[in-house]
Amino acid sequence: MTPRRTPGELWLRLLARAEKRLPALTRLRAREALPIQLDRRRIYVLPTVFGLVFAAMLLVMSVGALNYYNNPALLLTALLGSVSVISMLIAFRTLDGLRLTSVQSTPCHAGDMLALELGFAPDTRARAGLRVDIGATGRIVATQADEPLRTLLSLPTERRGLMTLPRIRVWTRWPYGLFRAWSWLNPGVEVLVYPRPEATAVPLPFGSREAQRSVVQPQGEEFGALREYRASDPRRLIAWKASARHDRLLVREPEQLTGQEFVLDFNALPALDLESRIARLTRWVLMAEECRARYTLLLPGQRIGPDLGSAHAHRCLRELALL
Amino acid sequence: MLLTRRQFDLTALTVLYATLLHAPHFPFWLTLAFIGLIGVRWLQRRLRPGWGKPPALLRLPLTLALPVVVYLQYGNIFGLDPGSVFSVGMLVLKLAETESPRDARAVVTFASFVLMAALLFEQDLLTTICVAFGVVPLLLNLRALEPDGSAVPPPLLRGLGRQARSVLFNLLAAVPLALLVFLFLPRLASPLWATPTTQQGKTGLSDSMSPGNMGELFLDDSAAFRVTFDGGAPPPPAQRYWRGLVLWRYDGRTWSRAGGMILRPDQQRLQPLSPEFSYEVTLEPSDQRWLYALDLPTTDSGNQTRDEDYTLASARPLTKLTQYRLRSAPVYQLDGLDAQQRRRALRLPANFNPRTIALGREWAQQYDDPQRIVQAALDLIRTEFSYTLSPPPLGRQAMDDFLFETRAGYCEHFSSAFAVLMRAAGVPTRVVLGYQGGYWNTTGGYMVVRQSDAHAWNEVWLGERGWVRVDPTAAVRPERVDLGSGAANAGYASWFGREWLLDLRNRWDIANRLWTQAVVGFDELTQRGLLRGVGIEDADWRQLGIAFAVSMSLLAALGLWWATRRRRPGSDAIDHAYARLCARLARRGLARLDTEGPTDYLRRLLMQWPQARDDLEPVFARYVQLRYGQAEFDAASARDFVRSARRLDTARLRAV
Repeated sequence: MTPRRTPGELWLRLLARAEKRLPALTRLRAREALPIQLDRRRIYVLPTVFGLVFAAMLLVMSVGALNYYNNPALLLTALLGSVSVISMLIAFRTLDGLRLTSVQSTPCHAGDMLALELGFAPDTRARAGLRVDIGATGRIVATQADEPLRTLLSLPTERRGLMTLPRIRVWTRWPYGLFRAWSWLNPGVEVLVYPRPEATAVPLPFGSREAQRSVVQPQGEEFGALREYRASDPRRLIAWKASARHDRLLVREPEQLTGQEFVLDFNALPALDLESRIARLTRWVLMAEECRARYTLLLPGQRIGPDLGSAHAHRCLRELALL
Repeated sequence: MLLTRRQFDLTALTVLYATLLHAPHFPFWLTLAFIGLIGVRWLQRRLRPGWGKPPALLRLPLTLALPVVVYLQYGNIFGLDPGSVFSVGMLVLKLAETESPRDARAVVTFASFVLMAALLFEQDLLTTICVAFGVVPLLLNLRALEPDGSAVPPPLLRGLGRQARSVLFNLLAAVPLALLVFLFLPRLASPLWATPTTQQGKTGLSDSMSPGNMGELFLDDSAAFRVTFDGGAPPPPAQRYWRGLVLWRYDGRTWSRAGGMILRPDQQRLQPLSPEFSYEVTLEPSDQRWLYALDLPTTDSGNQTRDEDYTLASARPLTKLTQYRLRSAPVYQLDGLDAQQRRRALRLPANFNPRTIALGREWAQQYDDPQRIVQAALDLIRTEFSYTLSPPPLGRQAMDDFLFETRAGYCEHFSSAFAVLMRAAGVPTRVVLGYQGGYWNTTGGYMVVRQSDAHAWNEVWLGERGWVRVDPTAAVRPERVDLGSGAANAGYASWFGREWLLDLRNRWDIANRLWTQAVVGFDELTQRGLLRGVGIEDADWRQLGIAFAVSMSLLAALGLWWATRRRRPGSDAIDHAYARLCARLARRGLARLDTEGPTDYLRRLLMQWPQARDDLEPVFARYVQLRYGQAEFDAASARDFVRSARRLDTARLRAV
């Protein structure tokens, strides 16, 4: 779908140009450490297009009222005008004091959508119509007083490695759409993006140099190695019964039924260029995890494993991403 | 993005309300057509939302029909009335094609204009209140167009109630700024473009009189003017004749004005015979030039002329509220009748009312004294005539028909017939058009004269006594003068006299009067007197500008303080409240040591004031629980603690 150029986008482009020219605005392009709190120095308010049209109508009305010496009409116009002014203050208040305290992400593979969770600190103020945009995606949220706010956003990824987050735009047109208040959040947070796995599934390298047979250890449900749940664990791995007993979420390490061990060697793939090697190794790590076989990743200068499990997989993928 | 059902409903409500506001001055069928159109569109959007907006084939003819309809109805497409029909029609048609938030915003913008237009027709308190209420759906609509981000929309009615409340708060907060702008906005010295007068809708005395066309006026309860008297007390009912214009010329059907020479100072032939009343009149817009004065005004003031027959007139038609001060003498001697005036006061059209003229001539021969002729006429009227608001129609010889056939009518008939009779008998007579009566509002301390008090009477020339007021209507119905038109017309508006309703009407009239004086009548002159409180009698624009800037900055500071103010986060508030409590206890003689925790401090406090256990213990217990007992922060109990700590009465502690 080709995005239609809405007035809002045009405006953003204009703003981007203005920021290039005006150093005063570019101050906010610098990255900041969390937490970031919005205050009056970094919240901008401008009327929307509708606000300008409404103001023009109020102008016409006031000229008419003055011309007809009609005081009640003038009073009505003045009332509408001051309601608009107050709506500007409300828009400002919706952003003022907002505090971004955490940015969490679940790593994903390049090309997938990165799930991003922004956490805002609880505040004494209830806010409505708050919009949080990152890149092309955005969400509209409302908060209650004294409650933390978590909002989920997704971000497209292209390249492996550490990705610096684009600027996050926080804005609102609440309550009447006459004014638009906005501010930029530019947290100095980097998120990890795993390499993109190879599209075609090349079989795992059997009979590698260090392959050994390991003892088959069939383990029943109850005796699997249990460990604390981490946010990145797939839900199907949760050991519900054990969790209920221990009153906290436990995850079963899928370590049983390993038939053989694989060695995934970076240097054993000389025919491919760097990115293709990384893509294949990524694929293999995933495949090894899937068939629950222990594996070792050999990268130039380091050796990871042999091991199995999500922690190991994460280490391997991380090293591949940062290669 | 399409409008949700709720958003569309609110938009339709906004349009419906704006249409209803204009209904009073629309032809009935037009209002009905507009409401029907809104209803059909609403039903379609609700039952068949898939149809979308009506096709252009349907919308185009409707849009083109609108100016045609306006033209057929008014014969013109410019002016206030056609203009209002036009704008309401456009609004309704815009609703017909409203599908997106953008359309809805256009509707809201235009609807605010239509709301204002309703005030161009009526400026009284009731209309203004109705229009002010129209702002609520307007803002509700704008608010509904802005997604609020709540995950689960609240139930319709409760959600609407909550939104209405916040919109009302918003409006309330906007009032100070609105008032400030209203007070200080410079008013135009002269209009930028000519303001058309509205003939339709404005009732009141016209500048001529033909028996039978004042009837509608008697049923019109709206105020014509209000009067405050300097001494406080009003004149007695019998003296409440409010002189308007004097009519000389009679063409057999209609009495109208003639001459109208301006009274020259040396022509002053008025001699007050009683203490004068000094008073101020607040005249509602009438679109006529005439000013009304208690019979008979001895002074003139300001921007008005006084004719030789004591008709007061302003230079231009009175399209806005007018205030003027006058002095009047209710008992007076008015002399001076030159030959030309005598001729005009005796002239009768030829070939009209032969029987009346014959009767007049007969009386002239029968009595030598004009006063006895007057008496004969009044006797005739008293014995033979009856008062009615729906008199039988009169033919070409109108006065003949009235005097000898129908013998029933109201003030117009009586004064007209009386004048014709007198002139035929050789007594110079003229007709005075004005108001008689007036309701004294005790609570408000002012008199209100309504359109239904309209009256016509005569003045006859009695030689040495000069011009004497004669009211032939009073002969047939004396209570008309003593009790006012309400009593005379009792049979026609019986609900009118009920006590509680009258009381309600009085209170409402007071509110209306305050509104009229404070808001409707606010003008450049009042504006210049705004700074009287700080000792500037007649402020110029520079002083006003400074005052405006100062008060504006105060308001702006207040608004910015509100916008940037941050309440303490809950847990800070607990510490703050505890520290303040400790400081207050320290002032009572027992300070907390730096090393002392709440439990130890409480123990020491109770040793000093054991009787205060019931007061102190719960507060401290709550603090300990909040600070040391809970893993999670609980906003409600924190607020509870803050409140109870603040309410703890330390003064009482030492006393007990």
